[in-house]
Amino acid sequence: MARVVVDVMLKPEILDPQGQAVQRALPRLGFDGIADVRQGKRFELEVEGPVDDAALARIHEMAETFLANTVIEDFIVKVES
Amino acid sequence: MTARIGVVTFPGTLDDQDSLRAVRLAGAEPVSLWHRDKDLKQVDAVVLAGGFSYGDYLRAGAISRFSPVMETIIDQARAGLPVLGICNGFQILTESHLLPGAMLRNNHLHFICRDQRLRVENADTAWTGDYEQGQEISVPLKNIDGRYVADARVLDELEAEGRVAFRYATSGAAADGYGNPNGSLRDIAGITNAEGNVVGLMPHPEHAVEPLIGTGRTDGLAFFTSVIKRLVTA
Repeated sequence: MARVVVDVMLKPEILDPQGQAVQRALPRLGFDGIADVRQGKRFELEVEGPVDDAALARIHEMAETFLANTVIEDFIVKVES
Repeated sequence: MTARIGVVTFPGTLDDQDSLRAVRLAGAEPVSLWHRDKDLKQVDAVVLAGGFSYGDYLRAGAISRFSPVMETIIDQARAGLPVLGICNGFQILTESHLLPGAMLRNNHLHFICRDQRLRVENADTAWTGDYEQGQEISVPLKNIDGRYVADARVLDELEAEGRVAFRYATSGAAADGYGNPNGSLRDIAGITNAEGNVVGLMPHPEHAVEPLIGTGRTDGLAFFTSVIKRLVTA
């Protein structure tokens, strides 16, 4: 079965306090040199049948209408071999 | 004729009973609506109550938005049915694109529960007619995903069209319930659509309808009396 990954990230202009909290914890844990952290979501879709253009179009539609809220989030669809 | 006001229960809704009670205390007939039922039982208005429908999985309101009952509510709201979304209900309305913008995690990342001061910015909607423009009210606030965001163009449009319905009042001490509790842009607590029939807000008017409970005031009752009056004169 083919795997398609949808990565969802808050748009750059949207404040991400969760990412900031992670970033602030890093020096305390000895991880230096990280200027910024943004936290997102990753969806791994196990696709039945071929991942052709039609299947990808449906996944794109799914991401746009459901997995991401495009008012606040961007998404990327990737096919994993 | 007594107005019939429906209150939707999704899996994870918490405030449906208080909302039904508020409807009854205001003088209308409360009608329970079920998320899997497309039938609105001929109600004259709908309340989407607070809670954590579908556990807030994915995003608050994101899954509820696709429930059978919402199909009908989205259609009817576009045709003028008065709809009030409180807290999770507001999140469902933004996810449904009946109201612009989106709700995100509070800027301080904590759940907040307190009595909140609000300023009524638009007393002409179906749900706010019994308030005075600029009136300050106090109602409970309880959420973790309460930060209202929208891009600058949408915010400017909302302001220009008078569609900011409620703002967090910031002119007093935090101990008295003043201040922006979650980082909402432009202190926005609630908004309306252009027609004024769809209103959403994060604080909870349905918990402030009796002197005995909530803030000890009845500041929230006017939401429900407003819509009843609107329905009678419509």
